Amino acid sequence: MFAAAAFPILPALIITPLITVAVLMLIPANRNSELKLAALVGTTITGMMSIWMLYAFEIADDGFQFAVNRVWLEELGLSWNLGVDGISLFLVVLTGILFPIAITATEPHHDPKQYYIWLTLLMSGSMGVFIALDLLLFFLFFEIVLVPMYFLIGGWGHGNRIHAALKFFLYTMAGSALMLVGIVSVAFLSQDATGGLTFDVVQLAEAQALSQTAQRLVFGSFALAFAVKVPLFPLHTWLPDAHTEAPTAGSVILAGVMLKLGTYGYLRFGIYLFPQAAHDLAWIFLTLGVIGIVYGAAVATMQRDLKRLVAYSSVAHLGFIALGMFVLNTQGIQGAVFQMVNHGISTGALFILVGWVYERRHTREIAALGGLQKSAPIMAGVFTLVMLSSIGLPGLNGFVGEFLILLGGFQGARWWTVIAVTGVILAALYLLWAYQRVFHGTPTEENASMPDLRLSEGLAILPLLVLIVFLGVYPKPMLERIEPAVERLVVHVEANVDGFEEPGPEQLPAEPATADDLTHTLEEAEAEAEAKEEAESLGGEG
Amino acid sequence: MLEAAWLIPALPLAGFMLLVLLGRRLGEPLAGWLATGMMALSFLATLVVFAGLVAEDEAHRFFIQTIFTWVPSGTFSVDVGFLVDPLSITMCLFITGVGTLIHLYSVGYMHGDPNFSKFFLYLNLFAASMLILVLGDNLLMTFLGWEGVGACSYFLISFWFGKDENASAGKKAFVTNRIGDFGYMLGMFLMFNAIGSIRYADIITETQAGALSAGVASAAVLLFMLAAAGKSAQIPLFVWLPDAMAGPTPVSALIHAATMVTSGVYLLTRLNPVLAAADPWATTTIAWIGAITALVAALAAISQNDIKRVLAYSTVSQLGYLFLAVGVGAYVAALFHMITHAFFKALLFLGSGSVIHGHDDEQDMRRMGGVAKLMPITSMTFIVGWLAISGVPPFSGFWSKDEILIYAWEANIGLWAIGLVTALLTAFYMTRQVIMTFFGRSRFFDPTPEEINGAFVQGVLDAEAGVAAANEAVGPANEAVEKALADVTKREEALAKATVTFDDATTALAGSSEGDDGYDKLVKALTKAEKGVPKAETALVKARDKHTEALADVQVAEEAIDAARLKIGEAERERATAPRPPEYVTASSSPIDVSAFEDRLPESYHKRQEYHPHESPWTMTLPLVVLAGLAAVAGGINLPFTKDLHFLAHWLEPSLFLNEAKLTSSAGTKWILAFVAIAVGVVAIVAAFGVYLRGKGDPKQVENKSLALAVTWDTALAAFMGGPGRKLFDVLSFLDKKVVDGAVEGVGHRVQAAGTAARKLQPGFVRQYSLLVVMATAVVGLFMLTVLWLGAT
Repeated sequence: MFAAAAFPILPALIITPLITVAVLMLIPANRNSELKLAALVGTTITGMMSIWMLYAFEIADDGFQFAVNRVWLEELGLSWNLGVDGISLFLVVLTGILFPIAITATEPHHDPKQYYIWLTLLMSGSMGVFIALDLLLFFLFFEIVLVPMYFLIGGWGHGNRIHAALKFFLYTMAGSALMLVGIVSVAFLSQDATGGLTFDVVQLAEAQALSQTAQRLVFGSFALAFAVKVPLFPLHTWLPDAHTEAPTAGSVILAGVMLKLGTYGYLRFGIYLFPQAAHDLAWIFLTLGVIGIVYGAAVATMQRDLKRLVAYSSVAHLGFIALGMFVLNTQGIQGAVFQMVNHGISTGALFILVGWVYERRHTREIAALGGLQKSAPIMAGVFTLVMLSSIGLPGLNGFVGEFLILLGGFQGARWWTVIAVTGVILAALYLLWAYQRVFHGTPTEENASMPDLRLSEGLAILPLLVLIVFLGVYPKPMLERIEPAVERLVVHVEANVDGFEEPGPEQLPAEPATADDLTHTLEEAEAEAEAKEEAESLGGEG
Repeated sequence: MLEAAWLIPALPLAGFMLLVLLGRRLGEPLAGWLATGMMALSFLATLVVFAGLVAEDEAHRFFIQTIFTWVPSGTFSVDVGFLVDPLSITMCLFITGVGTLIHLYSVGYMHGDPNFSKFFLYLNLFAASMLILVLGDNLLMTFLGWEGVGACSYFLISFWFGKDENASAGKKAFVTNRIGDFGYMLGMFLMFNAIGSIRYADIITETQAGALSAGVASAAVLLFMLAAAGKSAQIPLFVWLPDAMAGPTPVSALIHAATMVTSGVYLLTRLNPVLAAADPWATTTIAWIGAITALVAALAAISQNDIKRVLAYSTVSQLGYLFLAVGVGAYVAALFHMITHAFFKALLFLGSGSVIHGHDDEQDMRRMGGVAKLMPITSMTFIVGWLAISGVPPFSGFWSKDEILIYAWEANIGLWAIGLVTALLTAFYMTRQVIMTFFGRSRFFDPTPEEINGAFVQGVLDAEAGVAAANEAVGPANEAVEKALADVTKREEALAKATVTFDDATTALAGSSEGDDGYDKLVKALTKAEKGVPKAETALVKARDKHTEALADVQVAEEAIDAARLKIGEAERERATAPRPPEYVTASSSPIDVSAFEDRLPESYHKRQEYHPHESPWTMTLPLVVLAGLAAVAGGINLPFTKDLHFLAHWLEPSLFLNEAKLTSSAGTKWILAFVAIAVGVVAIVAAFGVYLRGKGDPKQVENKSLALAVTWDTALAAFMGGPGRKLFDVLSFLDKKVVDGAVEGVGHRVQAAGTAARKLQPGFVRQYSLLVVMATAVVGLFMLTVLWLGAT
């Protein structure tokens, strides 16, 4: 709580991209490389600052750090209230990392100036969503990010881009309309308990002033907005369209950052503000999550467009995250937060790779590709690593999240988890099948001459590959930063829901057993057997 | 010395990382030597740790080495840590030992492959994963290795990815194993739920102390059994292993015979306290699954003609024995047979690889034979492997298999009977393989059925061309006939006309008299008409002759067609009756006389005549010799005669926590059982010699039924995946487009339509948007009122 550094790092995360936007406006529209450089520098500085936060972050502190709280409009109760805890920290860092990578990895085909302005603006908004602790401020950012994304898809997308952009915009807009009402309602209804109108999420959560019915209704209005964003089945159909038609950078940000607005929203606002309602209605989200896992995988399997396949795999992955969150125990939620970041890394990388294939071959049709491992072995190797991360191979990042989610899930929602685990089989099926058709086999003439990764491309994606391996082998630094905030949330739920106890194992070993304990166990077994033998021989004699 | 444990997996892992960075630059053969060296060092490290363990007091042969905390989350935590005990080190010894030999062999086998260094990169990664699997001190570390070996298996099966079958086989292996992983993951979650930890030390101490109820333990056993059935290729998940032979042969030897496929059995052995805590029916299930798998796979092996596929089914069958052993609590026997099997099956696979290597990549045993003369070292060592697997004393397989059979006898006579029949079948199909490959004359140079077909196909084609030519000739002839016929008709008409003219003239003349006007004219006309009739008659005769001629021509042409058709028949007959290699080959199958059509055989045949089947280089034969030595004498690690000779049983005792089943049979029974097993093996060998060497009896009788069995499982699965399974996915993806998304799009269109009606002047986007805002405001207002009202009351 008191770790506020002298440097206002959180406002800087929002403002630096805005300054970059201003700089971009000053550069003439035809100076392509200068524009790219400016955007890259601005987003990289922002990213570096977010990474610096990792070091400055107090591990043991379960509250909000780097906090800034300035009253903005007093009569409205609106304040410039920012803070980061273990739940949001890595989403901020993910945003900080993905934007520079998305900018490096691909270039717009026209109007670079507007393109970079929209992207940088999007970064500012995305940062804002994850660090806002004031409900109205959060809503502002939550809605504002739609605009740049709308223009990115509509302006630089493929195929039926206008339709996809409009669908994306209207769908998510419609979803969040009720949330504004919910926000205002919860603030007004809590007015007495909080001693004045406030939109401070911590105060509102601590107050718990809503009646059961009101809580459910308001939670419902939040939940709908987030469900569209996640997206949860059956509200997911904007996603394949938007992902497929968006330009590569758009898809990366959409999958990597914007889908997390929904899952993050559930944790920060849904469960935190309305623990009772979230607990009572958890079965709905568990069910939708599990349906998403199986359904997303099944539909992904049958896709003919590689990018659409990746898009549907997101539905499955986000289903896992929903399952983890609504089990309401440490492993589940921690796994969910971990998986939010993983999904950003692996799916972001997958979209970049598919984008590169498209740039070279001008098609994403799986049937038109084939044998690419022969012409582009390095790209095939990179794709393999990312694919295995997405499948959830132990030793890579995807596994850690998926494992914790399912481990937690099994403790609290056993049968949902049993079905969810089938998603692990299906993920292998659709990804390996796609890989086989795209990379294995003997290439046709067009595929045989496809150029391999360039050095610059390799360097652009390298950070993601390093993260995939590092987080799989040594997730502890990340897990231990997430854990206190998650535990605080779980304790908060336990405190505010009657009779609720965090689902966990039936017993815990007092101390981890050692080699000596094994020796002891062995000796005991031997002694027991000896005694038994003796008794038998005595009995035989008698 | 125990502290060196981490080096065992770390060395091949370092080899992998070095090869990722430098592999291409090192190239052939340095990359191979680097990988082999790392394996050898890992073997040395294992020996050091082994020595350290031996030096400890028996009850203290446990050592847990924690490297760092891997996944901590709330009350859950696992380390990257290793559990060193007799069980894990026994596994490590044969993994690194056999692994080193197979790495060495691969240096020779993969010679000239464009992806030489990549092969060794995968091989080292595999070894590291396998060692993590057995050394891990918790279920999650084992799972790390478990999935790691699965991924490497996928990479290596589809190593030659240009061929679609290879790519499919790799995918099939991975996905089938994932079905097993479903059980593994749930098993892990269940263990955490029940005792709050997935570390082996905790599981063992807690379970031995009775913390696990029989129900939970049984459920866990079934889940881990599913996992093990995937990795160890048991019914119903064994289908991937025969296909996995698409990978290079060293891979089949290392991964799909000696090490990875045993990890399921290792897992169940490691969890022996849980098996002991479970209800008896749970472990009995394991035993029966193993026994049935052993039998079914052995039956399927009999009809295989691919030298590696025989060994693949044989591996499935032998793994069935291991399952059977674990199921009846004979952990030591399972480990014993696992070790001897690792030796003799690796030997057999590498031997078959050597034969394939020396025969221009030929894998069909029907095209082998007489290899004994061509490749003496390969043959001698292979024969040792054959004797070992067939259960001939004193070779290693006899001792370990006999051990399992005795335990099976005590558990259930049915299990024993199935085990015995499997032993009989094993000796039979292995003898068949040895005879087809090494005995008799070499059939390698014989023309293949395709080549013979190729030789005679030209004759048929020529004859067919003759028919076509004759057919062409008939056309014009028929036309000529028609033309002549038309001419005849014309002439007939002309004749009729001339006759009528003559008659008319006669009548006219009769009606008139001399001196009348025009009388002379009429006489002239009559004279003219009189002349016309014979002329027309002559023309008609001529036309008729022409017609007859044309008909004759047609007949000639038709006869030509018939003649040409006859030629086709002849050519077809020639092709059909051409000497062909028999479908069911025995050593006495006679050679084909090709002298009559040798020059007509295609290029591939003549090229092959210049090929010289050759013995493999020392890098390949040295591992064969070493493995043959081990396969011969490995029985010595656990001889049944006196308690002092039970070295392995004694050594493994600490890891088994007295959960090993105890034999109660008398020495006499054991001797009888052993003799029965020997007798069965000898009978099978003699029978196979009779059929395949002496040519007595018809191999067709046996092989057809066996083949049908092998195919059934596979097609049933493929039919499901390709049929209803795929259809379901198709339906879902259709529904997603038409119903789930259709509803959304439908609402969109409605709104748009309503908007158009309401405000015809506004352009598209703004129109939709403003309408939405209006609607949203209305809904929002209502909602707000409701909430405030609720809050107020």
